[in-house]
This record gives sequence, structure tokens and C-alpha cells, in this order.
Amino acid sequence: MESCPSIKNILLLDSEGNRVAVKYYSDEWPNNSAKEAFEKSLFTKTQKTNARTEAEIAMFESHIIVYKFVQDLHFFVTGAENENELILVTALQGFFDAVGLLLRGTVDKKEALENLDLILLCLDEIVDGGIILETDANVIAGKAASHSIDAAAPLSEQTISQALATAREHLARSLLK
Amino acid sequence: MAQPFLKKDDDHDDEADYSPFLGIEKGAVLQEARVFNDPQLDPRRCSQVITKLLYLLNQGETFTKVEATEVFFAVTKLFQSRDLGLRRMVYVIIKELSPSADEVIIVTSSLMKDMTSKTDMYRANAIRVLCRITDGTLLTQIERYLKQAIVDKNPVVASAALVSGIHLLQTNPEIVKRWSNEVQEAVQSRAALVQFHALALLHQIRQNDRLAVNKLVSSLTRGSVRSPLAQCLLIRYTSQVIRESASNTQTGDRPFYDFLEGCLRHKAEMVIFEAARAITELNGVTSRELTPAITVLQLFLSSTKPVLRFAAVRTLNKVAMTHPIAVTNCNIDMESLISDQNRSIATLAITTLLKTGNESSVDRLMKQITTFMSDIADEFKIVVIEAIRSLCLKFPLKHRSLMNFLSNILREEGGFEYKKAIVDSIVILIRDIPEAKESGLLHLCEFIEDCEFTYLSTQILHFLGIEGPKTSDPSKYIRYIYNRVHLENATVRAGILLQPHIFVLLRRCLFDTDDEVRDRATLYLNTLVADGAVVETGEDVKEFLFGSLDIPLVNLERSLKNYEPSEESFDINSVPKEVKIQPLAEKKAPGKKPTGLGGPPPGPPSTIDAYEKLLSSIPEFSNFGKLFKSSAPVELTEAETEYAVNVVKHIFDGHVVFQYNCTNTIPEQLLENVTVIVDASEAEEFAEVASKPLRSLPYDSPGQTFVAFEKPEGVPAVGKFSNMLRFIVKEVDPSTGEAEDDGVEDEYQLEELEVVAADYMLKVGVSNFRNAWESMGPDCERVDEYGLGPRENLAEAVNAVINLLGMQPCEGTEVVPSNSRSHTCLLSGVYIGNVKVLVRLQFGIDGPKDVAMKLAVRSEDEAVSDVIHEIVASG
Repeated sequence: MESCPSIKNILLLDSEGNRVAVKYYSDEWPNNSAKEAFEKSLFTKTQKTNARTEAEIAMFESHIIVYKFVQDLHFFVTGAENENELILVTALQGFFDAVGLLLRGTVDKKEALENLDLILLCLDEIVDGGIILETDANVIAGKAASHSIDAAAPLSEQTISQALATAREHLARSLLK
Repeated sequence: MAQPFLKKDDDHDDEADYSPFLGIEKGAVLQEARVFNDPQLDPRRCSQVITKLLYLLNQGETFTKVEATEVFFAVTKLFQSRDLGLRRMVYVIIKELSPSADEVIIVTSSLMKDMTSKTDMYRANAIRVLCRITDGTLLTQIERYLKQAIVDKNPVVASAALVSGIHLLQTNPEIVKRWSNEVQEAVQSRAALVQFHALALLHQIRQNDRLAVNKLVSSLTRGSVRSPLAQCLLIRYTSQVIRESASNTQTGDRPFYDFLEGCLRHKAEMVIFEAARAITELNGVTSRELTPAITVLQLFLSSTKPVLRFAAVRTLNKVAMTHPIAVTNCNIDMESLISDQNRSIATLAITTLLKTGNESSVDRLMKQITTFMSDIADEFKIVVIEAIRSLCLKFPLKHRSLMNFLSNILREEGGFEYKKAIVDSIVILIRDIPEAKESGLLHLCEFIEDCEFTYLSTQILHFLGIEGPKTSDPSKYIRYIYNRVHLENATVRAGILLQPHIFVLLRRCLFDTDDEVRDRATLYLNTLVADGAVVETGEDVKEFLFGSLDIPLVNLERSLKNYEPSEESFDINSVPKEVKIQPLAEKKAPGKKPTGLGGPPPGPPSTIDAYEKLLSSIPEFSNFGKLFKSSAPVELTEAETEYAVNVVKHIFDGHVVFQYNCTNTIPEQLLENVTVIVDASEAEEFAEVASKPLRSLPYDSPGQTFVAFEKPEGVPAVGKFSNMLRFIVKEVDPSTGEAEDDGVEDEYQLEELEVVAADYMLKVGVSNFRNAWESMGPDCERVDEYGLGPRENLAEAVNAVINLLGMQPCEGTEVVPSNSRSHTCLLSGVYIGNVKVLVRLQFGIDGPKDVAMKLAVRSEDEAVSDVIHEIVASG
């Protein structure tokens, strides 16, 4: 095992197994139906487990999957069978905590969908083409939320700007401590 | 109060269903994307539209080429906006749209401008986007910027360039390799992730240069690598170096082992684990080297984090395969993991224990596995199966329970790999543990009855072909194989045909207990011959198929059932040729009680094969040879007497055995030591050689006693025997059913018994008497005329002769039309010594009912022909 640790996919599903946001980095799943089939069986397999306090782990179709649930959101990170489980869980925790920061602690499907742009940016900052870019939740959230820096931007919807402001605040606090 | 509450409830429902993307449609969103072309861009609005587009893509929606191109061109307009947030979204969607080469040109200048921007975020993302969508030609233009970016003081920019380098190395290695100096510099970066990415890229650049990798590892293991991820990489590279240099070190310590061991004390768990795993995977790892790794893994076993427990138990499980002793220290921690909520962890713990445990713990562990086998993924089932396989080989005495377990899970649902693992395991166990062979083969047979995997079916059939003929009862497997011949697809059928072993099986299948299977096997053999597959055996088959079968099928079937597989192959000549005897109905009271426990064998056997089986089971008679004929039971008592006795005459070549079937009809009596005293004074040629008493004859529970006589071989000796039943009678208390201890000896006179000439003749018919007669030829023909004296009618005379000879009437000639004056009767049979005999009788009756008869005998032996005449003459 000389290769660089790699992530095959990151999935954020709701409590019924539907996609909130997913990102595949491996071409093991050639098309959308293969991906959906994987998500479905993975969801069914893990649905009944308690992965709310600690991240859980499963071996499934020759993948190692680490996952964690909060409210109606299910976070998954998939890696190769022989991958260091603790590296995968580090990536999962980075994603999980970053989403928590970006959604100001109200981590549920509704919030996630309303801030889908942040979730997608978050995914973009964690992994690039399967290679872990960053695992520190504060850094990830900071980069994802940084796009409101341009104060000149006219914002039509006040709620969004407020959300981002709070996220920034939250970020600043956690950076200070 | 009710109102607001209700309202709140409604709100809640709305919330649950609410999604900003409810009812979203691709067409509408594509329309919305026109805002990208507005001269006055609304960044907020544009960001929302991009999010919607990304949402659609994320949900699996696809854009047509035209749609994607349109969106892409529209998105390029957004570079005009200086809004950071919008720019980020633009970067993301460009990557998602993965534009074609000619489209890329449109954004290249914009991205290159961003690459040189003062804003770090622009630089980092522009590099990632550009490297993602670019091709080689563009790369040379931007190479200079990338090299700069690698050593950029902003870690995000440096990482972006390094990660892009890792991707580009796959497509443009010669360009990326020119960046080594910059990458090497980046390895020394103080930023953790830059170090990680730089190390990954540097190693990939140099991975084919063993010396360079060695140098890299040497220098880095001495220095301090700050990032845990980078440290994990370094451990992997170090393992590689150790593996490749292992052959060069004959003496002493393994190079870099100290580094790995040192990593076990790292503060990051991922590094500790990576190092522990690396140590356990070292080639020829010694127990001294293993110990510190096992120790840290043992600590992980009791972690509160499932992932840590999983990682540790999975690694220890692997170690247990090669170094079970090293893992035994963890057994106590393992035991507690059996009840782990995470089934994967529990499974790994149990299978580890199976490998490290002793024979006594097997059953307990097996029981525990069974309870959650259905809960776990196929991968783990395979782990379990492999553990069970090695366990079974380790403790062959446990093969029964382990084989049962395997067969049970074989019947359950499962994927190919899983089923294959089970089948492979059973096959290995069959090969290595002879005691497990029969049950294992049957499990496989049952499996292929309902197997969805063609590959496995063919493998199993092939295996059956090899192992089946070596078993004690190969015919058992025929049915299964044959079923496949008809039911399976061409691959499986071909698999069956391919093996020469099947021929052996089919040959044996000819003697299968099931006559349908026999027929099919014959047919199939013929097909094989027709195909030219097994030419050399064609003659046998033809003979079997087209040669006449001169024995009743019923008898053949019976004999085959009785045939005990042994060194001796089945001899078709040993099949009794007598037409099945209709046994007399037992004269027993209806509703008789079942035989009590420990009582004599139940009821007298009623068919010839059962007789044969019964007699061969008695040691005294076992050397009498082949049973030639058994008579119908002859009653020796009147109906409704105290003791009901009938006798069956068993004719052997040199012996006769009388089987007395006795029934005690007195509820208050128990007979013991029951024998029949035979007076053979009127049967001069017979000498008593053995008597087998019946130990106990309780009320209404038939039993047998036997008396055997020797007689001259091959001679149809006849004689009269008088019989006396002798026994000890004990009183039985009808209320308790208990017999008194003391009994009285008593006797009971039975009727006489005769052995007659017909007892030496088997009723064997021929299908075409005329053909048979002519093919026999006149060589051994004997003809004579007899006067039968006055008879009631012709029919009576005919029956008398038939009964006298004990032969099979052919072609319905035993029936005499009433008032006939003459009649011809045709008989056939097999005389003792297996001599075929045909008889033609011509009867004539004259006025005063005197019957005359012309007897013509043809047989294979003139002596026998003469004997027939003697019988008639003396009868």
C-alpha cells in the first residue's frame, strides 16, 4: 500500500435516503443509476445503526464506509477496502463539523437545502479528485463561507446574508479559542 | 390557545415538506440562466441559479450537449462580476460541466488572469479549475505559474497546485516531473497539508526510482513531518522500502523498524494505526516486532469510537491468520466485542477468536455467529466462512457442526462471491477431511438444485464427477447431476459433458434404485455414444440398450436395492428370475399393535428381496450362496388356533432353509426360546445343519425361527418334514403386561411340510415362446408321452402339471376353453443352476376322461430336460 489515501465519494443523504448533496470521485460507479443503487443499499444497510454520537463504520461491497447522522441528515464517506479507516473518519468529521459551522448548529435537511451552495462549496474544499484537500472543519467552513466578503454585493435576500454573517461570526469565535 | 397551537403544527408540516427546490424543473432553470447575460449582473440571483443548476446535476439530471454548452457560455460571462461568492460558484459549475476542449479556450484567459490575481482564493481555485479542464498544450503555457504556486506562501494555493500536479501526473508526467525541485521545497513547508500533498506528489514522481525513494524515506524519517496525513504516507513509503530491501539484509535488525515503532507513540491515532498495521504486514514479521503493534491495537479494541475498534479488530483478525499466538493476548478484549452493536466488529471479533481459540470454544462461538449471520454484509460472511474453513481443518473432529453451518448458510440468500466462498470451503473440507465427504457432497448437490450461478454449478458438477464415483453410493449423486442435464443452460450442460467422470457415474446410474433414473441414464449414455464422445464404451451400451433383458424388471430393481456397494461389482446374473411372488396375506387380526421396543424384527418379510436381505443377515446362512427361490408361505396351522405358523421354503443350491413365521395369539402368554423341531426321516437326502431359535414371541407380534438343511448340490431333492413347535411359555399379567419370571416348556404340533420338485423351478416367462423355443434348438430336446389317468376335465389336468413343474405359463396357454378335447400349454422357467427350460405340453382327453399328455422339453442342459421328465413321471 504505497498509494495516497483517497476518497471514493462523499454523500449527504436525508432520512429517507434521498440526495441532499453527493460527490463521487471514483469512476467505479459509471452512471447515475449505479450511484443511486449504491446509495440506496448503503442507506438501507446503515439506516438502523446509531451513528449520532460517534461516527460508525461499515464494510460494504468492498468499500469501507464511515458515517455519521445528525437530525435528518446522513453523512457518508467511502474509501477503498484497505484504506486506513481513521483517515476516512477524519475526512468525514471535517465535512460533518464544517457543515455544522456553516449551518450555525441547526443542522437538518431544510437548512442544508437552503444553504446548498455552502454545502457544495464545502465538498469542493474537502476533497479534490479523491485527494483530501483539507480536514480541518474551521478552515473548510472558512473557505466555503468566504464568498460574502465582497460587501458591495447587493443582496436581495436578507436571510441568506444573515446566515452567512452568523457563520462568519461562529467561525471567528472558533478561530479565537 | 388552540388556534396558535394548530397553526404551529401546520407550520411544522410545511417545514417538513419544504424544500427550496420543490417543483424545480430543468427547462425553467435553464431559462433562468439567461440572467447570466444581463448587462447589470445580479450576483446574488446568479449564485442562486448556479446552485439550482448544481442541484439538478447532483440529483442525477443530465444536460444535453447543447444545453451544457449554452449554460457554459452563459457562465463565462460571470467572470465580469467581481463578487467573490459568485466566482466560487462559477468555478464549481465549470468543473461540473466539464467543457470540451474548444469551449475551454473561452475561459482560459479569464482563469489565467485569476491565477495571477492577488486574491489567494482566486489563485487557488483558478489553478484547480484550469488543471481540471485543460489539456497538455495549455499546460506548457501555465507551467510557470504552477511552479510558482507550488511554493506559494499561501498554503491553500500551494496545495491547489500540488493536488493538481498529482492529477496531471497521470496525463502529462513529463511536464509534472520538471517540478521536482519546487515540490521538494514544498515538502519542507510548515503547512501540514502542503507537506502532505507535496510528499504524495514527490513520491509519485520518483516512485520508479528505488534509490530516490530510499533517500526520500531516509531523510524524512530522521526529520520531523508535521502533518499526520503526511506521516501516514511516510509510513507507507517506508514499508515499501523495507519490503524492497528485505532481501538484502541477512543480519540483525530490519531497517526503519525503529521508525515504525516510534510512530506507535505518535499523538495522532491515524498515524499510530497506520504504523501498527504496517508492522503487522511486514514480511516475515517476528513476534518481537509484532508485540508493540499488537499492544496499541489492543488498546484500540476498548476505544469508545467504533471506527477505532473496527480498524483494530480488522487488523488483528488478519494477524491471527498467520500469528494466532500473538493475538491470544487480546482474547479477553475480543470476547467483549462479540456483543458489539456494530455487527462488523462483532463478526471480526468472533472470527478472530475462532482462529486463536481452542476446540472447546468452537461450539459456543458457532452458536453466536449463527445469531447474526443474516445481519452482516457479504464481505464479512466471507470472512466468517474463511475462518470456519481454517477452523475445520484445524479441528477436523468438529467437521459435522461446521459443515452443517456451511450448508445452512449456503441455502440462504447471498451474492456470488459469498456463495463461491462457501462452495470453495466445502470443497476443501471434502478433500481434506474424508469423514466430511459424503455430507459435503450432498450439500453441494442440494445447492445446485437451485443455484443461480452458472459458474458454481459447473464447478460443483465437475467436482461431483471427480469425487462422486469414489463414494460408497455414487448413485445418490446421479439424480442431481441428471436433473442439471435437463434443466440447466448450455454452459452447465457442457460442463457436465466435458468430464469423462460422468461416464462412470452414468454407468453406475444404470444400477440406480430409481428405475426412471436408470432409464434416463441409459438414454443419456446412448446419446453420449451417438455424439462420439465415448466411443470405446459404445459396445457395452449397445448391449445394454438393445440386448434382451431376461429378468423381470421388478426383480432387477429389488436386487439392485439390496446390492451393497463393495469390491464386487453388481452381477446381473444374481438377480432372481422368478416372477414376483404374491405373498399370502398375513392371517393377522386387524389393528394389530406395533412391535414393542426391543421386540423381534417386525412382521415376516413379504417379498423375495426382503427374504434375501433377511437371510443374508443371519450369519449361519451367510455361506449358503445365492438364494435361488423362496416359496409362498405355506400354512402349518389351522386358522384361529393359539399359535399361527406358516413356513417359507428358501431354496439354495446346496441348502434349504425353512423360515417359520410364528404369531402368538394368546394375550396372557409370552413365548420364549421358540424353535421348530423338524423330523426329516421322510426326507432322506436332507440333513439338518442349523437352527435359529426365536428368543421371544410376545402376543400378536410375529417373529421368525429358522431351520436349515443341507442337501446334495444341484439335485432337486424332495421329501416330507414333520414339524413340532417347541417353546417356553410364561404367564403374562394382562393389566401390567409383565411376564412372570418362570416359564414352562411346551410343544405344539404343526402340520407337515413338503419340499417338491417345483421348488427348484423359477417361474420365468418369455415374451415370445416360439422364438425362444426355436432359438433353443432341438439339441437337448426330450419328448415323451404320459397317461395322466382319469381327470375331472382338461383344465384340471393342465393345472396339475403346471403346479407340479412350478413353471410360468406363457401366452395365456394355461387357460383351457371349456369342453375342449385337446389343449396345448406352453411353459417356461429357470431350473436350479440357472438353466433355462421351455416346456410344450399337448393334452388330449378321450371318452372316459382319461387324459393323455405329450411332454416336449427343451433346455440348455439335456440332464435338466431329463429331470423334468422324471418329475412328471414320478408326479
